[in-house]
Amino acid sequence: MSVAKPLPHDAARLHVTGSARYVDDIPTPAGCLHLAFGLAEIASGTIARIDLDQTRSAPGVVGVWCAKDLPADCDCSPSAHDEPLLSDDSIHYLGQPVFLVAATSHLAARKAVALASITYEERKPILSIDEALEAGSHFEEGPRIWQKGDAEQAIQSAPHRLDGEIEIGGQEHFYLEGQAALAVPQEGGDMLVHSSTQHPTEIQHKVAHALDIPMHAVRVETRRMGGGFGGKESQGNALAIACAVVALQTGKPAKMRYDRDDDFMVTGKRHDFRIHYSAGFDAKGRLQGLAFKQYARCGWAQDLSLPVADRAMLHATNAYFVPNVRIESHRLKTNTQSATAFRGFGGPQGMLGMERVMDHVAHHLDLDPTAVRQANYFGSDQNAVPAAVQTTPYGQPVEEFALGEMTKALIESSDFKARQDAVRAWNETQPVLKKGLALTPVMFGISFTLTHLNQAGALVHVYQDGSIHLNHGGTEMGQGLFQKVAQVAASRFGVGLETIKITATDTAKVPNTSATAASSGSDLNGMAVLAACDTIRNRMADHLAQLWQVSSDKIAFGDASVTDGNRTISFAEAAKLCYEGRISLSSTGFYRTPKLEWDRLRGQGRPFFYFAYGVSASEVVVDTLSGEYRILRADILHDCGASLNPALDVGQIEGGFVQGAGWLTTEELVWDDKGRLRTHAPSTYKIPACSDRPDVFNVALWDGANQEDTIYRSKAVGEPPFMHGISVLMALSDAVASCGHGYPDLNAPATPERVLAAVRRVQNEL
Amino acid sequence: MDTTFLLNGESVTLTGVGPTVTLLDWLREVRGLTGTKEGCNEGDCGACTVMVTDGQGARALNACILFLPQLHGKAVRTVEGMSSPDGTLHPVQEAMIEHHGSQCGFCTPGFVVSMATAHVNRDQNHDDALAGNLCRCTGYAPIVRAAQAAFEHDVPAWIKDDVATLKAPALSLSGPVHVPQSTDELADLYARRPEATLIAGATDVGLWVTKQLRQLDEVIFLNQCEDMARIEQTPDGLRIGAGVTMDRVLKAVQGKYTSYAEMIRRYGSAQVRAAATIGGNIANGSPIGDNPPPLIALGATLHLRYRETRREMPLEAFFIEYGKQDRHPGEFVEAVTIPDQPDRMQVYKLSKRFDQDISAVCGAFNIAVEDGVVSQARIAFGGMAGVPKRAEAVEAALLGHPWTDDALVRAWDAWEQDFAPLSDMRASAEYRIFAARNMLSRYLLNDLGAQTSVLEVQA
Repeated sequence: MSVAKPLPHDAARLHVTGSARYVDDIPTPAGCLHLAFGLAEIASGTIARIDLDQTRSAPGVVGVWCAKDLPADCDCSPSAHDEPLLSDDSIHYLGQPVFLVAATSHLAARKAVALASITYEERKPILSIDEALEAGSHFEEGPRIWQKGDAEQAIQSAPHRLDGEIEIGGQEHFYLEGQAALAVPQEGGDMLVHSSTQHPTEIQHKVAHALDIPMHAVRVETRRMGGGFGGKESQGNALAIACAVVALQTGKPAKMRYDRDDDFMVTGKRHDFRIHYSAGFDAKGRLQGLAFKQYARCGWAQDLSLPVADRAMLHATNAYFVPNVRIESHRLKTNTQSATAFRGFGGPQGMLGMERVMDHVAHHLDLDPTAVRQANYFGSDQNAVPAAVQTTPYGQPVEEFALGEMTKALIESSDFKARQDAVRAWNETQPVLKKGLALTPVMFGISFTLTHLNQAGALVHVYQDGSIHLNHGGTEMGQGLFQKVAQVAASRFGVGLETIKITATDTAKVPNTSATAASSGSDLNGMAVLAACDTIRNRMADHLAQLWQVSSDKIAFGDASVTDGNRTISFAEAAKLCYEGRISLSSTGFYRTPKLEWDRLRGQGRPFFYFAYGVSASEVVVDTLSGEYRILRADILHDCGASLNPALDVGQIEGGFVQGAGWLTTEELVWDDKGRLRTHAPSTYKIPACSDRPDVFNVALWDGANQEDTIYRSKAVGEPPFMHGISVLMALSDAVASCGHGYPDLNAPATPERVLAAVRRVQNEL
Repeated sequence: MDTTFLLNGESVTLTGVGPTVTLLDWLREVRGLTGTKEGCNEGDCGACTVMVTDGQGARALNACILFLPQLHGKAVRTVEGMSSPDGTLHPVQEAMIEHHGSQCGFCTPGFVVSMATAHVNRDQNHDDALAGNLCRCTGYAPIVRAAQAAFEHDVPAWIKDDVATLKAPALSLSGPVHVPQSTDELADLYARRPEATLIAGATDVGLWVTKQLRQLDEVIFLNQCEDMARIEQTPDGLRIGAGVTMDRVLKAVQGKYTSYAEMIRRYGSAQVRAAATIGGNIANGSPIGDNPPPLIALGATLHLRYRETRREMPLEAFFIEYGKQDRHPGEFVEAVTIPDQPDRMQVYKLSKRFDQDISAVCGAFNIAVEDGVVSQARIAFGGMAGVPKRAEAVEAALLGHPWTDDALVRAWDAWEQDFAPLSDMRASAEYRIFAARNMLSRYLLNDLGAQTSVLEVQA
């Protein structure tokens, strides 16, 4: 069987030779136009006067569009219909597209944009969480509140109490391939759109809407993205719509790719959060009551902020059983980029709030933070009464909780206890450099919380030569989805992977797909492909059984052949026989995730099919004179169920950890008081570089099958490992705590400057 | 003008190319070689990395800020030229597949080229060689595993062949692009055309073009002035020509000024160090350039030239105020000389990320101690003022006093006399001044033998 093998990425050879094609690499028909947006220079106000004469007459310019020149309502929003493609004269953030230029080259379009002259009537922008709260600027009618038990009473009556707050910065996706789209007009007003998107159906839907044509007139194709991470779930809409509008109106192909600085200025990022917590607990740190106030800065438009904020609430207690919980979530509307999906989708922020509570409680009681975490795990002894299955704050039973055993295993394999002693000994003797070590768990719910998105389709063709063509609704952004799904198909037909051709995601082949998001790509599409393959395989088996006069259950597929136990023919011969027997060798497949039932307003039900688990331990060293630090070692044990491809899964875990660590350390988004993002390119926004990965980096997969009936009993792996980065922040907190007696209160990202400030705080509290 | 170079083993001659057309745009838009990617268009992500070979060997460079005339007489290999003409993969390509070094694949061509360049140079410092290549998917671990595995394999013949086949005809020049062949020629030309933009490595000017979209009417390329790219030991000290690239400065100071060399290891990236020149880093007058602080602390002399007239000054005197240097129209930086001295210098570069990050603060400390008393102190900073600046009040507070904890106390108030730094996206003013003060503590602790660098700690 092809599943469970550590095969390389299907496009690895294309990647290393430079022949893998991304949107900007697609050869364009003659006369292709290149587009660029002119961006607002203020964060809030209206346009007083706009003069685009110089832009229009600039070399190479073919056309210039403002909102009034657009053919129809060109809305880009994935949710609330609140994102016009171009400003309707009102400005909501600095970087908002105001006008659109089409020119004969990318450079000509950018140069023409710079010649525009716009004057504004400025309003004082709402930029910060505090300003939004003060102005009452929010989405939905007010804060969303979910509760279980009576948190306030439990906190008040607990032997120990504490309050605290953590600021959590946002994160730029920094996919290496910026946003890009290419629209090629077809006969009869139809449109073909190539888009670097995680959500081809959404692009199709939004382009059809913008052109006021049916979805059947728009075909969207996505072969691959150069990284997505959630940043291409909705943020590609504007480019695709702009290209389609220009292509329709000029009859020429139109391509748009953002310059990196524009990409930073225009598109949404991870939501930054402030989380306030009140905790009541016993002498062992076991939580009795817990109340969170989560403040999410959502930016100017709604985009996906409501489900993101929901997921922050869903993960607000991470892997811990808390009998009484209250979670209040504020979704604040600000004059900044519209924050959007980013790997973890609010989960990381919610989870970090909880890990902060664990760290703070342990420090408060002077207990080992790992022991406090273990004492609060689901299923830990004192919580197991009554014996009934414990539930999350939103009422989902935790039927399979692997973290107890996984944590013990990681403590063992990482030599955690001995290293804790070594760290303590080091810190006692070293005057400048302090070490820290921390272990944190991840419990991440798998399924889209918008239940209807949990569906997928596939289309499989077997050709008469036995070669197989495979299509599904998922998109490839580097995660290896295509290879995993091809492994499923190869396993169902019993053939080698060379037999399978995976082709670009195409809305004409599989309709009405969901975004490749929520870690669900292989869960959903793997199952849909499995269904399609089995339909064809059963038809083939039935036909061969009839030919060979045996019952169809005697027909077996494997080793690239088909046999009834006596006769064996190659799979290719079998395909040819079926074709000649007029058997349909093409099938769709469909899957919908079972068991889901969720009421997001009440915060009750079963939003997740299952949970993915992981635990990580990070060791850091901090320079107490400058606040600089390094990650010395990371050990990760992660649960992928029965892995479909261990090599690809380890890749997701290593990459997720480093990206998560980057979020909490060096990746700092800085807006000035005018609302201008000052960190808008890799020169000023620092994602981890090669030497920032831990020197010692041990990743292992937890050996166990998913209890739920997922594709070959595997588990989703896209987002969960991202949150292992939290152990780095907690290790930094541990190191800083060794400098004095105060609690470090370390905010994220913990830049050297913040770490040094925390060191000084702690030192001053002697 | 004509520009001739080897592209993936084949000779290319371009006529009438604009002086500021980047190699990246030309490869992708004219040649259809789309393996080389645009990730940032400012030399910070490495997705556009190409291998450029000349008489000095092979280097990785960022094609997005590399103008075509800079390539004259050199050999360029893109990712498409890494495998052999018959399709045999380069060992680093094989290793990248085997070790799962690509996920989305967009940064991969740049990594492959950087790895192949390190491979041909037999460079095993993979973290340094790859510091200028950003990857957002893998967490780098599998890429480094691939680089280590590929190291065992021989350099393929087609990579070695470039040097042998390099032969370029003399340049024929016309129009507003100038490529002087010597410093004398440059001196004459620049005196006549003082409004022209000088371009050496283009790591700064490149961004004027790609980001500020500036039109450069007249440019003078310095890359053919070989006599300005020399390093010589003179009676006055180590004289480094303005055209010496930072990778060569690193080698030149490695045994002499260890901490300066270590700072240069973190300066930009392999791609940037191979392009950027020491003269450019001084002449552009940036308050956050990383060479002036250590050079000032070492007491370096700057050599300026206008036609046949040369003048010298202590480097710190060159920086008058933000955006203003003591340089007359038509005058240019010709060299810098570091006087020979015992290595007492420590350079502390403070940034959010260790590699390839612009300093929030860069402090250079050169303090001599005799019989427990400070006998000489030269301290200079970048990032603390509008210019690279000496900490004169701090120096004065230290000079002639015992080199103990008391020195830190004595200098405490002097810091505010010397500096009133700004707050920006890299750091707050408060952090800058506090961290600068702590650098003096660090220097003292270094002297006392304490371990003070997180880069030297192992798990």
